[in-house]
Amino acid sequence: MSVQSKTSLFRKFLAFGPSILLFLSVLNEFDFNYLNYKYFSFNFPFILIFYWSLKRSQSLGYGFIFAAGLFNDVVIGYPIGISSLTYLIICGFAAYLRNITLRPNLINDWFFFLFTILAANSINYFLLISLFSIELNYYELMGNIFFTFVLYYLFAYIFDIFRKNIFKGKKND
Amino acid sequence: MSASRDDFVIAIRSAFLKKENKQRFSLVGLIFFSITLIILSNLNFAAIKFVKSGINEIIYRISFITSIPEREIQKSVKLINEHFSMYSDYKNMENRIKKLENDKYNTSFLKSENSRLKRLIDEYITESEELVAKVLLDKDSPFLKSIIVNKGSKDNVIIGMAVLDENYLVGKIVEVNYSTSRALLISDLNSKIPVIIEPGNTQSILSGSGKNHGELQYFKSSSDISNNNIVFTSGSGGIFKAGIPIGKIINSEENKNYKTIFFSNLNQLTFVKLVTYEKENN
Repeated sequence: MSVQSKTSLFRKFLAFGPSILLFLSVLNEFDFNYLNYKYFSFNFPFILIFYWSLKRSQSLGYGFIFAAGLFNDVVIGYPIGISSLTYLIICGFAAYLRNITLRPNLINDWFFFLFTILAANSINYFLLISLFSIELNYYELMGNIFFTFVLYYLFAYIFDIFRKNIFKGKKND
Repeated sequence: MSASRDDFVIAIRSAFLKKENKQRFSLVGLIFFSITLIILSNLNFAAIKFVKSGINEIIYRISFITSIPEREIQKSVKLINEHFSMYSDYKNMENRIKKLENDKYNTSFLKSENSRLKRLIDEYITESEELVAKVLLDKDSPFLKSIIVNKGSKDNVIIGMAVLDENYLVGKIVEVNYSTSRALLISDLNSKIPVIIEPGNTQSILSGSGKNHGELQYFKSSSDISNNNIVFTSGSGGIFKAGIPIGKIINSEENKNYKTIFFSNLNQLTFVKLVTYEKENN
């Protein structure tokens, strides 16, 4: 096999990066909780789904996102369907932002992301509390939302570099 | 004004209803499907239970493998912290050993007295067969504190079994699959355990706080609870036997929620015991 075809295969594999990362993150739940910093946790799937739905929706299919939500529910122990709904709502918000944006700007995306996770989390927690009577710690939730929002900027920057290198020359939506 | 409203409606319609390029499913279709699943879960629909149980079996195994890197990082962080605190730990151990040596002589006498008194009031309780289970996953999410163990209905695990780390209570079984089960830890916000605080014989409920400690609820305001009082299961409700140690009270003066520090480190569980209790037939 020539060096060129090997590179091309590797690029094809990297093109599945967002989907692989999504499944790894819901199965592994990497949010650095084990560091035991008070109130520090963040929701990596929210960042990943919002960014890729906004910038290159064909990299992360809605079917995959729905399945990742089901996996997340099973891993965390939530009633089935809750995370899928939350993730799909985030996709909807990202698609809306993509439709109304002419000149993309990271700061605008960042603040719209805050609005999105506040709305998605509100629906999520409303369902958990009202339908399933699950108690939640609101300070932890606020901490989670805050750090998810703050870290979006950093991850968006990293994903931008990845996207520009892996998908260069390919047309977006 | 109406033009901007029209733009908004068009953008919303396009975002949710239009099937995008290279997307096999429509967003709104999947949202409705999710809502249907949530409603059926809420109604405890049998088919959903079977589907969930099937997914659980597969996901827990996959998740165990994908969690390996994170567990290795966790172990490394713990190892580094242990190295830094080695000298202070050594000093603490030395003091504890001295104290334990003093207590040891009282314990054997108290044990025999306790056993004699229990027989006298006809309340002797014995353990059923113990099951040792390996912790497959330790979900220390801020919203849910639970562990997945590698024993399920095929090993006769049932909902409500006590989960012990050595002799300390750490949780109870809340979900049973064919070869795996989920245990809700006592630190979870939704965990409520009937307890007794000794000395003083104060009855209370130990509620999880979502952190690595519990809080006492529903006890008489006149109760005399102080630092280092020990929290045991009370046996009320018939789920656990009375007298399983859980933790001890700290900072009772500053903290009217009576913070209870657990004896067991719930973040470091690797093997646990699953136990049911039955009354002995005399």
